[in-house]
Amino acid sequence: MTLYVLRRAALLVVSLLAASVLVFLVLRLLPGDIAQTIGGIKATPAQVAAVRHDLGLDRPLAAQYADWIGGVVTGDFGRSVLDGTSVSGQLAEKFAVTGPLAAGAVVLALAFAVPLGIVAAVRRESRLGGLVNAVGQFGIALPTLWVGLLLVLVFAVQVRWLPAQGFPVDGWAEPGQALRSLVLPWLTLALSEGAVLLRFVRSAVLDVLHQDWLRTARAKGHTRTGALVRHGLRNAAVPVVAVLGLQIAALVAGAVVVEQVFVLPGVGQMLITDVGNRDLDKVQGEILLLTGAVLVIGFLVDLAHRLIDPRLRSAV
Amino acid sequence: MTVLRAVLKSRSGAVGLVLVGLLVLSALVSLVWTPYDPTLARPQDGWLLPFSGGHVLGTDRLGRDELSQLLAGARGTLLTALLAAAIAAVVGLTLALAAVLVPRWIGAVVVQLTDVLIAFPVLLIAMILTAVYGGSTWTVVTAVGVGAGVNLARVARAEAGRVLNTDYVLAAHAAGSGTWRTVRKHLLPNIAPTLVVQLSLVLSVAVLAEAALSFLGFGAPAPAISWGRMLHEQQQYIAARPLLVIWPGLAVAASVLGFNLLGDGLREAADARLRVREAADAGLRVREAS
Repeated sequence: MTLYVLRRAALLVVSLLAASVLVFLVLRLLPGDIAQTIGGIKATPAQVAAVRHDLGLDRPLAAQYADWIGGVVTGDFGRSVLDGTSVSGQLAEKFAVTGPLAAGAVVLALAFAVPLGIVAAVRRESRLGGLVNAVGQFGIALPTLWVGLLLVLVFAVQVRWLPAQGFPVDGWAEPGQALRSLVLPWLTLALSEGAVLLRFVRSAVLDVLHQDWLRTARAKGHTRTGALVRHGLRNAAVPVVAVLGLQIAALVAGAVVVEQVFVLPGVGQMLITDVGNRDLDKVQGEILLLTGAVLVIGFLVDLAHRLIDPRLRSAV
Repeated sequence: MTVLRAVLKSRSGAVGLVLVGLLVLSALVSLVWTPYDPTLARPQDGWLLPFSGGHVLGTDRLGRDELSQLLAGARGTLLTALLAAAIAAVVGLTLALAAVLVPRWIGAVVVQLTDVLIAFPVLLIAMILTAVYGGSTWTVVTAVGVGAGVNLARVARAEAGRVLNTDYVLAAHAAGSGTWRTVRKHLLPNIAPTLVVQLSLVLSVAVLAEAALSFLGFGAPAPAISWGRMLHEQQQYIAARPLLVIWPGLAVAASVLGFNLLGDGLREAADARLRVREAADAGLRVREAS
């Protein structure tokens, strides 16, 4: 297990480095000139050259990369060329919105995807199972942003229980308000992600139901439910956890969209604003940050995967 | 034709085909006819309710006909989806073949690179491109094509690896077939069913990504019409005209559902063929045993 953790950690570091090189090169090597973008279309060649020099763009690529990655390692993810704000300076405040949003959505998604997925599998012959499965199929097709707008329509416009958008200016200093603002975003993200999970839980449980050892458990006197609870679910959890790891990328993308729909001041909205302003230095840091988060969470999920599956623990 | 019949046999395949057919039909019809010019703003006709003033679904704040916009929006959606799928097929196939055909250490690097790229959400790739170039159909198409392509590469690689280990590939080599001939005659035809199913999923991913990016303001700029931007424009008037938020979202959902169900139908059709193959294999084994 230790050897596996070390190997997997080394792979994580390599992946993070590769991701940083990719982000850096894409923004540097693609045709299109950052200095020209900043200078504007009317900039003279001299002005563009000056901007380029200010940003250090006239230095060798390797030196620029080393500078940037040195900053990233010490927690400096880049600074706006427009207003001087830094990613790291705003990060704590933004993450206080995005972190709870994503974490709450995953918990909520699991809370309805797991029981419904089990029902859909166990009762697959019945009308209930078919209905749950169909709902999941439709749920996957719904665009996250539209789910958000529909929830706003029902819960903010029609019955007026919850705010349609925004987040308290004082943030979590007003916990009640903050929680209320997050209810619809949580539901939106959880429904979108949960629909995908539901399908995987269903197929994982279906798979388990056909196993010989489950029949053996029945033969030993367990009831159908008893056998499933005592032996089946633990086995079904293995592929579901693996899928959860793959879903992290979708969750990050979903969070960006949801923050825009509900005007939440999180990491996603910061990225959207900076992309709109073509604030490339900040965009570079933010993309690396979000991709890094995907890779790190994927790493943690892989470790969890090992822990719940004793068969994998001894493997390297 | 055989494939079509097999797809129509499954209920999901049939429903999917109908929904995709509707999307294609809307796009084609909008090329030659829409009830009104979808981009024509007539503020004096703003906020018309459905079935008033000759507008079946009403008009938006600027007096643009909703139905015409929906029809014209199908064009952008379909174009984005098809182009993205084409790029994904090229990227995915190239990476997959590179991983299984070249010397092992290069293959390992390709595999590792693919896995790192998979960690980039499609939306983030699109946003990097948008930050450099500004939003356009091309940034969306490239991002989805590359993002979905690397995922496709992973599936295609596994499938290609499986096919390369089969006896018939060994037999082909023994009979003097060169690498490219083997790829053309044996590898590609045998991984094609899996690829087609995966590509139908790329189409639905592309539709969703196009809608999301246009909603964020990073899609094709006006006057191009996009369902995502319609949602963006209507969001602030959601309380006044809820229906104008319903229709474009419904159009996106129906298209995605269509491609997903079509993929399911194709998978069932492919599976049926796989079952026949497996049955044949099993038959062989039984004969060997006896």
